[in-house]
Amino acid sequence: MAITDIDTYAHLTADDIEALGAELDAIRRDIEDSRGDDDARYIRRAITLHRTLAVGGRIALMFSNRKPAWLAGTALLSLAKIIENMELGHNVMHGQWDWMNDPEIHSSSWEWDTTCPSVQWKHSHNFVHHKYTNIVGMDDDVGYGILRVTRDQRWEWWNVGNPVYNLILGTFFEWGVALHHLEVEKLRSGDKTWRQAFKDLRIIGTKVGKQAAKDYLIFPALAGPNWKTTLAADATANFVRNYWTYMVIFCGHFPDGAEKFTVAEFESEDQPRWYLRQMLGSANFRAGPLMRFMSGNLSHQIEHHLFPDLPSNRYEQIGVRVRELCDKYDLPYTTGSLGGQYLQSFRTIAKLALPNALLEATSDDAPETASELRFAIREGIQTHFGIDPETGKRRGLRTALRELKDAPVRKATHRRLRPGATA
Amino acid sequence: MGLVKWSIRPAAGVGAKKPKVNILRGLLARATTPLLPDDYLHLVNPLWTAREHRGKVVGHVRETADTATVTIRTGWGFPAAYKPGQYVGIGVQMNGRWRWRSYSLTSIDSAAKKTIAITVKANPDGFLSTHLVDGVAPSTVIRLAAPRGDFHLPEPVPDKILFVTAGSGITPVIAMLRSLESHGRRPDICHIHSAPTRGDVIFLEEMETLADKMPGYDLRLQLTREMGKVAVSRLDEWVPDWRERECWACGPAALLDAMESHYEGGGLRDRLHVERFAISRTDHGGEGGTVRFAVSGKKAEIDGATTLLESGENLGITMPFGCRMGICKTCVLPLAGGYVRDLRTGEERREGERIQTCISTVSGECTLDI
Repeated sequence: MAITDIDTYAHLTADDIEALGAELDAIRRDIEDSRGDDDARYIRRAITLHRTLAVGGRIALMFSNRKPAWLAGTALLSLAKIIENMELGHNVMHGQWDWMNDPEIHSSSWEWDTTCPSVQWKHSHNFVHHKYTNIVGMDDDVGYGILRVTRDQRWEWWNVGNPVYNLILGTFFEWGVALHHLEVEKLRSGDKTWRQAFKDLRIIGTKVGKQAAKDYLIFPALAGPNWKTTLAADATANFVRNYWTYMVIFCGHFPDGAEKFTVAEFESEDQPRWYLRQMLGSANFRAGPLMRFMSGNLSHQIEHHLFPDLPSNRYEQIGVRVRELCDKYDLPYTTGSLGGQYLQSFRTIAKLALPNALLEATSDDAPETASELRFAIREGIQTHFGIDPETGKRRGLRTALRELKDAPVRKATHRRLRPGATA
Repeated sequence: MGLVKWSIRPAAGVGAKKPKVNILRGLLARATTPLLPDDYLHLVNPLWTAREHRGKVVGHVRETADTATVTIRTGWGFPAAYKPGQYVGIGVQMNGRWRWRSYSLTSIDSAAKKTIAITVKANPDGFLSTHLVDGVAPSTVIRLAAPRGDFHLPEPVPDKILFVTAGSGITPVIAMLRSLESHGRRPDICHIHSAPTRGDVIFLEEMETLADKMPGYDLRLQLTREMGKVAVSRLDEWVPDWRERECWACGPAALLDAMESHYEGGGLRDRLHVERFAISRTDHGGEGGTVRFAVSGKKAEIDGATTLLESGENLGITMPFGCRMGICKTCVLPLAGGYVRDLRTGEERREGERIQTCISTVSGECTLDI
């Protein structure tokens, strides 16, 4: 089962966790105090760039019967849609730019260019996903109700289609996101009424209608004889954007080392432990300035989950300090190349098509999920965490994980361990 | 008809002087959805949007050492008609943040002119007013809120008027004087204006010229440095027929308070119209206070540890809520008045901002639009 005792898992004492929380609070304050003209200029330029690309793309597609124009138009439109979704839509709706007090760049008024209505997304993403991140059974982003992404989720016969569902989800990602708010699992369990679901569906329908009309009716019609090529270009741009956002999001949540948590952990959680859950539950990927921008700075998923409402252009800077904290407290900072992170995510999804009985690892000690029990045998009686009084060195989670890798523990005994407890 | 309605729908709520413009806007919005055509157009010219009012600074004239008149060209949809004495909201970006204040319009409306003017006094602790007085750069794009306020002359204009103004309190009244003059109206006006010295009197020359030109306009300057402050108790002596006059007063809170009690004492409260520029800022040490919920019509006294969200819920108001820890922005509401404090940073927020109710508490008093 996923992490229940985050202190033990993280190899930190209560004081350590307090101190870590205070250091993260200090980062937030520093960034908040230093927001200013440069940040405002950054977001305004991003907006101008998006709108210029979109207009350019639409104009090029008026001549889409010629191949170069089709390619250029589709490329520009895809780029525009990616920027609009990631750097603008996602981040503005997180309230990252609310501090500017600009009614046009504000979480309460922004509507984005995808089939998912902003108002619903802010609930399912900003609230449900960001508050209950990676708590199995509470965060619907753990598998989106259709994928099995951790062996903490019970295997059902239909899970054999996992890799296929994954492909379909990637292709139609914006539709998946739009339907996400229906909370299919809650409907199944009876926690949500069908009446409410129909209400949600009507709001989705309105937005979908507008979006589909624009891409598949109005612009093809405006292109006159080139309607067919325009239609194809619009669809392509939407697919490109879908695959890209899907990939960025999967790389932030499903690579090895992005931990899952139990409801019991959440119930005894305070603010510093919330921070810790965000740190241990997210994963980054390495990116240069261009990739960072195109991913909406979600290459810094860890920083984003710690501070979802701080301006995205600061995540790189925040990342330096978060890494320093990871070094100080000997915590892992899960990152890797984009391709590597995606392959790990895909491997998990492919593997989890099978029931646990056919899998080698246990849910206490698997690449995609683990619990404090994974250390139970190796560490035996844990006498203390924190800094070793003799060597003066901190032996924390990162070191412990490395040791595990060298000599993995197979089956953990189901015995809860607490710092200082004797077995 | 149904077709027209359908065409306008996406642009509903956008200010347009001509309804036809909104039909076009609405039709084009089908292609620009979820944005409006204005969102693209204002990249070409910042004034080409009626999604919200915008303006561009086109003139800056210093009136006295600490006041200046700022002329603003208004963008699409800004109402051409307003009443002298009304004020506008001005939003200026400083350090990346849009800061809003209200200033009386000193220009008078004219359909031909697409400009408005405000006269601003640099307030020692107000960095926006200082910025506006000390030299807001020409061509600076600002945001505007439509003219508002009840502090204006009625129609028909009363025959006998009393103006009591002090300092920058002259600004709404000068607009009234200008308007009366331009319409050739000549009521009997008694105007008491106070300022520390002649050099501090804003629009001195203009008022003195008016006094010469308009026979019914009687200007009395009270230069407080040598003559002392305006004593409301001496109103009988200064303006024996004050009871017969409709009075408009604007100036510091102390003066207005005195005027109000004087008129109340005389049973003439309805003859007095006052304009207060700002609710006095709360003491930074003070925590908690009164929170009013404008739409629900409820209010509560809360301490500095209770959040606005909790206080609303305690009153049975359906407040929007989400994470209750300040990360999801579901609980954001516009602050309709007063001040609130962010419990995480201690920062004070004021009218015109949108605030997170789950991490904010009242600082003195505040009004929420819910």
